[in-house]
Amino acid sequence: MSIPLITTLGRMTLAFLATIGAVTAFAGHAVRRAVLPPYYHRQILHQMLEIGYYSLPVIGFTAIFTGMVLALQSYTGFARFSAESAIPNVVVVSLTRELGPVLASLMVAGRVGAAMAAEIGTMRVTEQIDALTTLSTDPFKYLVAPRLIAGTLTMPLLVLVSDIIGVLGGFLVGVYKLDFNDAAYLRNTMDFLQFQDVFSGLVKAAVFGFLITLMGCYHGYTSKGGAQGVGMATTNAVVSASILIFTFNYFLTEAFFAR
Amino acid sequence: MAPSKISLRGVTKSFGSKKVLQGIDLDVAHAESMVIIGGSGTGKSVLLKCILGLMRPDLGSIAIDGEETTKLSDNARQRVMRKFGMLFQGGALFDSLRVWENVAFGPIQSDGMAPAKARDVAIAKLGAVGLGPEIGELFPSELSGGMQKRVALARAIAREPEIIFFDEPTTGLDPIMADVINDLIVKCVSDLGATAVSITHDMASARKIGHRIAMLYEGQLIWQGPVADIDRSGNAHVEQFIHGRAEGPIRMQVRRL
Repeated sequence: MSIPLITTLGRMTLAFLATIGAVTAFAGHAVRRAVLPPYYHRQILHQMLEIGYYSLPVIGFTAIFTGMVLALQSYTGFARFSAESAIPNVVVVSLTRELGPVLASLMVAGRVGAAMAAEIGTMRVTEQIDALTTLSTDPFKYLVAPRLIAGTLTMPLLVLVSDIIGVLGGFLVGVYKLDFNDAAYLRNTMDFLQFQDVFSGLVKAAVFGFLITLMGCYHGYTSKGGAQGVGMATTNAVVSASILIFTFNYFLTEAFFAR
Repeated sequence: MAPSKISLRGVTKSFGSKKVLQGIDLDVAHAESMVIIGGSGTGKSVLLKCILGLMRPDLGSIAIDGEETTKLSDNARQRVMRKFGMLFQGGALFDSLRVWENVAFGPIQSDGMAPAKARDVAIAKLGAVGLGPEIGELFPSELSGGMQKRVALARAIAREPEIIFFDEPTTGLDPIMADVINDLIVKCVSDLGATAVSITHDMASARKIGHRIAMLYEGQLIWQGPVADIDRSGNAHVEQFIHGRAEGPIRMQVRRL
């Protein structure tokens, strides 16, 4: 009775390891292709616009409400031991180190990762990727590399914007709802903020940006079997990117925490 | 005798336990139009993709102009790819690009031609398939199936390839449009002096565009010869196929490859 269970477990483990191997090989091939010329500048710019500029509204909304709720929630907690003055600092450190990069990346994974998987997946099932090859254009260079480069470069910029908007959200709630003095709130925000806080968040953002676009490209590129396959690729791209974001977030935090 | 433009020896390809190609030998001479016929799921597309280099055969040799291509590096393959043009079954036009940008894609991206010049080339090629310059400004999704096929043909010939592949060029078209496409294929191939390899199950198309016909069945070429001989092949499988009879030695394939 336990034998089928073990067989299933073994098969799942093998499939899991095979996927990790395939993704790593895909990433390695893509990065090698990304550093060698020719570079498709227009594709990179187009993708940066797609990932960065068009994500601004959704990132802005996420950030401002996160900042607002952070201020409100930490007030509820901190007022119990008269530590209200720490609120600006708690807001800015939580945002820059943790919530900014993670929440922004999750939103971008949903918006951009899904779209990438769908677009590349459709190109796969309609033979457009094969067509690229027959036109002597390397699909890794033309499709995958620009997305990876754009994702890695753009995500930190987005998170920087998200940090600022998030602090603004905290500021608004702090000043207009919790009766902080506006100058004191800003001073408290800046005084305790360290370069390390912002920097670690931006490094995370770059890694997450790479992971999101990698998952979008990988699942799109390997999709098969028509509309259903593309739908599955889209779901897998978002789910796997989200899981990777949470996993890498822990290990990156640990790496930064030690210093 | 001049060496073949394309020469296949013992090409074998399997997916898992399914043997799709079982030792294909095929020679296509310079400027010859070879048509490979066969039912759905007999491995025609796989054979084409192996010659194109989109798939690597498990065994066997594929030589283009006498050069073995199955073991080429990526860069060397791009050089060989430069000789090829391909018309995909669904057109495979890039839907994010305008029609003229599709046709000019190869010249601009791969050959480094200036966009303004490539645009003129694209408009000339669109003219060669009977489309006016105004079509160039449209997006592929705005075109009918027949028009998309024409644009795809223009894209396939834009770099004046030495060898052109046609994957089911008439599938999904009405008989009149199919004949228009057949005429265009014959004209384009002879204008370029190109070698052509087509796969199809449309016998009218095969008779029109082919010089020679080969029939693929169960992973093997069971018959090949000049178009004129197809009606006296003396092969029961070929007879059944070209007359489209349900009864005969060929059984329907259930699962796709």
